[in-house]
Amino acid sequence: MRVRGVLHRRTIPVRLSEALCFEAQARRRRGAWKGHTYLVTEETTELELESRIESIADAAEVAAQVVRRLGLGDEAAFGVDMAVREAVTNAVLHGNRQDKTKKVDVSFRGSPEMLEITVRDRGTGFELENVPDPTDPQNLMKASGRGILFMRTFMDDVEYSRHPEGGTVVRMTKRK
Amino acid sequence: MAELDIKERQAGDVTVLDMDGKITIGEGSVALRSAIRRLLEEGKKKILLNLAGVGYIDSSGIGELVSSFTAINKEGGQLKLLKLTQKLQDLLAITKLLTVFDVYDEEPEALSSYK
Repeated sequence: MRVRGVLHRRTIPVRLSEALCFEAQARRRRGAWKGHTYLVTEETTELELESRIESIADAAEVAAQVVRRLGLGDEAAFGVDMAVREAVTNAVLHGNRQDKTKKVDVSFRGSPEMLEITVRDRGTGFELENVPDPTDPQNLMKASGRGILFMRTFMDDVEYSRHPEGGTVVRMTKRK
Repeated sequence: MAELDIKERQAGDVTVLDMDGKITIGEGSVALRSAIRRLLEEGKKKILLNLAGVGYIDSSGIGELVSSFTAINKEGGQLKLLKLTQKLQDLLAITKLLTVFDVYDEEPEALSSYK
């Protein structure tokens, strides 16, 4: 997994372990870091993930760091965690079909107003209207198909689009 | 520690699985599936899942509960749920599965409900 953090519009390449340290430093919105004073007005963290099951928990771990930095409450944190796990699950399993040559890109963009998360796969795409409603009585006993419902339940907005270079992009926002 | 710890005990003819951890895609879901499959192979068809220690479940975990329910019903057995956390109750309500599962807060009440 590659992690890239942007703090106050400065791009800082970091490893995950460093990202954790970075998180600890950046928890307060205004503070000191390596002798410099900083103010977090906008921050972006980007991940490039392998198409494997373990990537789902990795994405959730980074989401938790971002959520803490932005000072979101427990309820919002739970929703973001759930939505990120479901979106990355869909990207790894249904989009990229666990093809190791295909990456999943995740970005977290935090601002004073909201957190915007995008997840992009490299799959062939799908028609949203063809996704069965999992709460329809005839679908209740199906083992899968509830991920999008959870994303929509726990985030304020969820939009799907096609990436110009291929793959599906889901953009989810949580307002503060 | 494993993502999902499952301890089995017998209460009369009901097998209780005390679960602790997460039921999420991968390890947690697989652990639940394996446990249910093993019980059915052993002819244990009255199964009570004690979910008091399950603080987190994703859509894959919910799917695994549904699959377990279906598999046990198919064998003529019964799967019931005990001590759902508030979060899990909320998720089952969102997915409209609260009406599908037989859910109990107290173990004696759950045990006496099996035929």
